[in-house]
Amino acid sequence: MSEAISALQGASHGGFAAVAEAGLCGMISVRGDLSSRSLAAAVRDVTGTDLPGPRRILHKSDRSLAWMSPDELLILLPYADAPAVASALADGLAGEHALVTDVSDARAVFTISGPEADHVLRKLSPADIDVLAPDEIRRTRIAQVAGAFWRSGEEEFTVVTFRSVAQYVFDLLATASEVGTEL
Amino acid sequence: MSTRLSTGGRLIDRARRLSFTFNGRTLTGYAGDTLASALLAQDQMLVGRSFKYHRPRGIVASGHEEPNALLGLGTGARFEPNQRATVTDLFDGAETASQNHWPSLNFDIGAVNNRLSKFLPAGFYYKMFMHPRSFWKHVYEPFIRRSAGLGKVPQVKDADRYEQAYAHAETVVVGGGVAGLTAALAVAKDGHRVIVLEQNGHWGGRAPVDGGMIDDAPTSNWVNATVEALGKMPNVTLRLRTQATGLYDHGYLLAAERVADHAPGDGPRQRLWRIRAGRVIAATGAIERPLSFAGNDIPGVMLASAVRDYVVNWAVSPGDRTVIVTNNDDAYRTALALADAGLIVPAVVDARPSVKGALADAVRAKGIRILEGRGIARVKGGKRVTGVVICAQAGEGAPLEEIPCEAVAMSGGWSPVVHLWSHCGGKLIWDEARAMFRPDAARPPTGADGQGNVLAVGSANGMLGLDEVLADARMHTISTQGAREVHVPEDEGPILPVWMMPQGAPYAKRSKMWLDFQNDVKVSDVQLAAQEGYESVEHTKRYTTLGMATDQGKLSNINGLAILSDALGQPIPATGTTTFRPPYTPLTMGAIGGEARDAIFQPLRRTPIHAWHEAHGADFEPVGLWRRPYTFPRAGETKEQAVHREVRNTRQNVGLLDASTLGKLVVKGPDAGRFLDMLYTGVMSTLPVGKCRYGLMCSENGFLSDDGVVVRLADDTWLCHTTSGGADRIHAWMEDWLQCEWWDWRVYVANLTEQFAQVAVVGPDARKLLEKLGGMDVSAETLPFMTYAEGTLGGFRARVFRISFSGELSYEIAVPASEGLAFWEALHAAGEEFGVMPYGTEALHIMRAEKGFIMIGDETDGTVIPQDLNLAWAISKKKPDYLGKRAQERSHMASPDRWKLVGLETLDGSVIPDGAYAVAEGVNPNGQRNVQGRVTSTYFSPTLEKGIAMGLVHRGPDRMGEVIVFPTTGGREVQARITDQVFYDKDGAKQNV
Repeated sequence: MSEAISALQGASHGGFAAVAEAGLCGMISVRGDLSSRSLAAAVRDVTGTDLPGPRRILHKSDRSLAWMSPDELLILLPYADAPAVASALADGLAGEHALVTDVSDARAVFTISGPEADHVLRKLSPADIDVLAPDEIRRTRIAQVAGAFWRSGEEEFTVVTFRSVAQYVFDLLATASEVGTEL
Repeated sequence: MSTRLSTGGRLIDRARRLSFTFNGRTLTGYAGDTLASALLAQDQMLVGRSFKYHRPRGIVASGHEEPNALLGLGTGARFEPNQRATVTDLFDGAETASQNHWPSLNFDIGAVNNRLSKFLPAGFYYKMFMHPRSFWKHVYEPFIRRSAGLGKVPQVKDADRYEQAYAHAETVVVGGGVAGLTAALAVAKDGHRVIVLEQNGHWGGRAPVDGGMIDDAPTSNWVNATVEALGKMPNVTLRLRTQATGLYDHGYLLAAERVADHAPGDGPRQRLWRIRAGRVIAATGAIERPLSFAGNDIPGVMLASAVRDYVVNWAVSPGDRTVIVTNNDDAYRTALALADAGLIVPAVVDARPSVKGALADAVRAKGIRILEGRGIARVKGGKRVTGVVICAQAGEGAPLEEIPCEAVAMSGGWSPVVHLWSHCGGKLIWDEARAMFRPDAARPPTGADGQGNVLAVGSANGMLGLDEVLADARMHTISTQGAREVHVPEDEGPILPVWMMPQGAPYAKRSKMWLDFQNDVKVSDVQLAAQEGYESVEHTKRYTTLGMATDQGKLSNINGLAILSDALGQPIPATGTTTFRPPYTPLTMGAIGGEARDAIFQPLRRTPIHAWHEAHGADFEPVGLWRRPYTFPRAGETKEQAVHREVRNTRQNVGLLDASTLGKLVVKGPDAGRFLDMLYTGVMSTLPVGKCRYGLMCSENGFLSDDGVVVRLADDTWLCHTTSGGADRIHAWMEDWLQCEWWDWRVYVANLTEQFAQVAVVGPDARKLLEKLGGMDVSAETLPFMTYAEGTLGGFRARVFRISFSGELSYEIAVPASEGLAFWEALHAAGEEFGVMPYGTEALHIMRAEKGFIMIGDETDGTVIPQDLNLAWAISKKKPDYLGKRAQERSHMASPDRWKLVGLETLDGSVIPDGAYAVAEGVNPNGQRNVQGRVTSTYFSPTLEKGIAMGLVHRGPDRMGEVIVFPTTGGREVQARITDQVFYDKDGAKQNV
């Protein structure tokens, strides 16, 4: 465990917005019947939150819960907690038709920060960022690859993509945030 | 000569002089100049040569419709051909060059085509170059290549950057003139998002030049105030230098922003906006039409509005004496502008029999002659205008008088810019009174809801006078539906449609009347096409090339179809228009590519161990978007030697393969077993927990699509390995069946491909190596062949699969991707004493071929079924159904005559070339040699020290021992004996230890 490293080991780039790889982040994917009370209860046990509505992300201390699709949730938590929480959640859902998987290592996480952080995303994602609610998560694409993002601070977005394309996404974000290319 | 006036110039800043070059000559201009205005200010009237006849070409227009003034801009890595000088902002140090001439602009050898023009009529290429056929490639095409073509192709990589950006708005107003600004202000008041795009670098469109008052203020004051007001509204975005180039389905609008065309530097040169527009207000204005008279293409003949623009905007005089020729009142504004600048207007030649109205009166009051009912018989001059010959418009061109002049300002009326309206299917009506096609408000293009999503306002809607433009823009933003009133303003006389001047011009004159200045299409060409039977405007366009140049016929289309209509003896609406297709003005490939170049041209997928491979000199090959090590050459080794070393070491000691790219799909649920039984040809539902089974997936058509080992992780959970390239496709395939067909089956799928780094530890010492790492029992007894266990190895959380793709003792071990590199390094450290080496995909391929294992993409190509590959053992005969079963039972699939997989052993030990075909007796109906099989995989086996191959051969398995022949290049033949496909350890003794 101690030898676990994120795809880009915290690489960062300073442009008109600051781009940084956020390091390892625990993620658990849950597929199941989101209308099931027992599923909601099992998820609440590990996240402390109710189920989010469509395209919403809820935060409680160091854990977050995101709606990913009509039958899929994503739990975000400290990397080290993920295996145990995934296993506990799977046990809690034993009687339920659900699939709990630890996907912490399949992802790369980035933050984009600064007053014009949104400009970086406006160049790479077709999502309508003007109407992105404070508690909204958008699954979209980042140029040529799949990605998701949400507002993680006053002037900050967090972007999640697949691990294998971490370098591509970092290079994209760095290019799109070059000084002088503000929209 | 054309020159700079000492005063005036609305857009120029005389305090800032800029220096630039044209064909190597250093010239100067002012900030605010376009290349065109700066060239004209220094008497550079001749700016290029036409496409076909290499006729001298001068600046005709002042905007994006310019057909002639196309320049090469910049040099080397910043060279860009076909830049329209009329809309390219002058910048200090700009290097420009004219195009399409040789050896020089002034003396062009290609102009001989001009003398031959009689022999180069419409459809010349079609008529001439058809016969004999072989001449096209060797004679005609090389000749045409040299003599035709506008601009040069850049020779080096573009130094500039480009990017794209997305925007969303309830309303996008295209055009920042009076109509657009009026509409924007009106719609912005409701608080919704409004984006206003203006193609030029300044607001207001034509209005500040054409004059008039809005709300009791001069138009330019009103423009400034309105832009300021819009700029203060948080819901409004204003963008200059941004050309809306095309409107596509569902309100998808493309717009190209010229970010730094005028200021080359490090930033993006252009930005392509991809906008989702709730609706588009097209306030795109109108374009003035030329008149068709003999010699209307001689440099110095310009659009009347352009002459006015050059005088008012840039203080450029087109010459001391400008003759105006028109069929409408608007050109009188040019006469007034010239007179106000102190220039001479010898005459206004008006085709209308009598001219009344306020504008004409104002011109008369200045003492300018108005020649009523007159036309231009011909323009005198070669590389520039020297005079015009006047005739009666009603006649055949008999000369009445000659007027010396330096410029001719022509106006044939105006055509609304209806492109955005038309891109998605908006219809047009022919407005007889205004002599123009304009948007038919009753038949707009429609959006996703079936409602009209484009509104044309102002001149784009056919409203030409300032008052009616304002009224139109204001009305429309309030009520978007219903018919609209059309009224010609009282102070202007009506236009007289004039499509040819004089109306009875003989052939000699008609063959000098240019319709398309860039492509050299004349009135006589369109008439000839009609005479030859061309009735459709679309066919005529392609036959004559009218409107097919880079300007897409912005000046020529309406004039051309009017001539065609006349020749066909039908009204203009019966002929109709050609189709308006995006882009409105050319887009650069750079803008279309956006940021996707160099390192970010395409996503490159890297495994967690990728950096190690790079550091250890791996030679990579693409596998899907992944890059996998092909081999790890050592110093002094060829790639082939490296591959052979890797194979031998793996067979003799132990090798490590980064198999992280392998697809890993978890399938779980009460119906998961049933689901997998449908997807795979074999039975997966009976697989015991902890066991592995090889499986094949086929398409509904029976063809083999993917393969891999399936592992039962738990009672209701399976792990399906897919090929590296197939992971995403098979994941989508599973979801497709679950979501669209078997939506009531309770199954969930998760793609865990990237969650794990996977390493194959392969070779006789594989177990010893893992035992040295320690942590779990990997003995033959506890973990026999084709089983699975979970535990820790050397402290790593590991899933261990006892599977083999090489025929050796082999373990594939999955660890969390974040620990993949550490695990890989731990294996190397522990394996040192066993001689561990990494191996790449080529060694993997050779070892699997030695074992006779198939590879998706080698043995399969979308036409191969599992039965062809002797894989019947992996196909259940008991199951009632699986995807592909029914197809595989069809007669031709079950035929014994299919080509089937066999091993091929060359008699001389050589390697059969990849892709070689085995010949059979006789020839087919095309005279080609019959074939009876082909090679699918072929390698030199370092283990057996000879060439081995697999191939699909007609009835192959029935012909064991037979020798077939593979002709290769260079007349050589390779003889190969049909054998069993398993060359190495057929009984599997090595992998089962």
